[in-house]
Amino acid sequence: MLRGDVMRVSTDTVWQWLSEVPDPEIPVLSLTDLGVIRDVRWDEGTLVVTVTPTYTGCPATAVINLDIETKLRSCGIADLRLEQKLSPAWTTNWLSVEGREKLREYGIAPPAETRGQEDGETQARVARLAGLKNLVVACPRCGSRNTEKISQFGSTPCKAAYRCRACLEPFDYFKCH
Amino acid sequence: MIQESDLIASDILYEWLLRRGDTALILGHRVSEWCGHAPVLEEDIALANIALDLIGQARLWLGYAGEVEDKGRGENELAFLRDAWDFRNVLLAEQPNGDFGKTLMRQFLIDAWQDALLSALKTSANERIAEIAVKAGKEVTYHLDRSSDLVIRLGDGTQESHRRMQAALDALWPYAGEMFSADAVDEAMAAAGLAPNPQTLRPGWDETVGEVFKQATLTQPQSDFAHKGGLTGRHSEHLGHLLSEMQFLQRAYPGAAW
Repeated sequence: MLRGDVMRVSTDTVWQWLSEVPDPEIPVLSLTDLGVIRDVRWDEGTLVVTVTPTYTGCPATAVINLDIETKLRSCGIADLRLEQKLSPAWTTNWLSVEGREKLREYGIAPPAETRGQEDGETQARVARLAGLKNLVVACPRCGSRNTEKISQFGSTPCKAAYRCRACLEPFDYFKCH
Repeated sequence: MIQESDLIASDILYEWLLRRGDTALILGHRVSEWCGHAPVLEEDIALANIALDLIGQARLWLGYAGEVEDKGRGENELAFLRDAWDFRNVLLAEQPNGDFGKTLMRQFLIDAWQDALLSALKTSANERIAEIAVKAGKEVTYHLDRSSDLVIRLGDGTQESHRRMQAALDALWPYAGEMFSADAVDEAMAAAGLAPNPQTLRPGWDETVGEVFKQATLTQPQSDFAHKGGLTGRHSEHLGHLLSEMQFLQRAYPGAAW
């Protein structure tokens, strides 16, 4: 293939390629499922991919950037620039519908549904406050709603630790953010 | 009306950004000292995650401070190549961890202040400050939920946990006032619409911590005495010891890169 042809690939194709890159910590999700890719565009001959961090200190951020670069270079993109964008801040509302299902099948309870709400932050806060009392997180294994929170932090910054009182299995809950 | 360009030329914006970045960095490092030592696994993980958030926030503030200073220093140079007198964190952040109760109380006092400060900064006239505040604010809200919950559970817990939480509050209270002190830097930032005057955050903070202490059955100290100096580079002896560990690699092997 001529290099010129590669440079003309549509941004749709690039999105397709990026949907094949797994999140380094939750590999069942792709980067596009996670919602961290905010924009793909051509700037003259340079492909510009805009990425937003999930959490400011998330150690996976550097790995995500490296994985994006590795993938796109392997697809023949020679001229590439990654840009970081903080605003608007990432929210779990950007997790794709497929991503939420994949999480559940993987054994991680997806974040409480606040999709369709204008103000995701307020909703997240409500869910969090309710979490101290009566937020119901269904067990991703047996589906029971008889679960309890063990800790506000789980194996990664984006998750909390829960336990199912029915099947007695511990599980991660992907927090509203 | 003070213009943003004046604040940059006079180093006021730079100084103010260091206060934000250094407080997050030093507290983040302190909290990270718990890694592998916390009383239970869940708390060990929680502390490590909070430390990560804080260090991530420090990177955003210090990265911007380096750009404003415009002398070729980035987040790494600012974090690892300055000595104690160049740091602008509040004294409370550098206080030693002590026991788990003291660590938690320090976190709670700072979380409640950061929550109020970042909320106010979301409407800063400086877009970059507002962006960082929105991002960091989401994380700090979560930190505050956790620390206030634990202060209540331990304060209103066993006789021993109550005793430790009260001792922590009594020991740390004299360091709280510095978070609300205002000097020429704060006044200029407020006049330009870039940041709130810290004094205006005090009533809301008093209400938050007062309510939590009440539920935690803890007695809030009455004295208003406040240790100050961290924001202008006069630190307690603890900061030097902290830096000797945090900056060890760059001190021993100057210029070493990963």
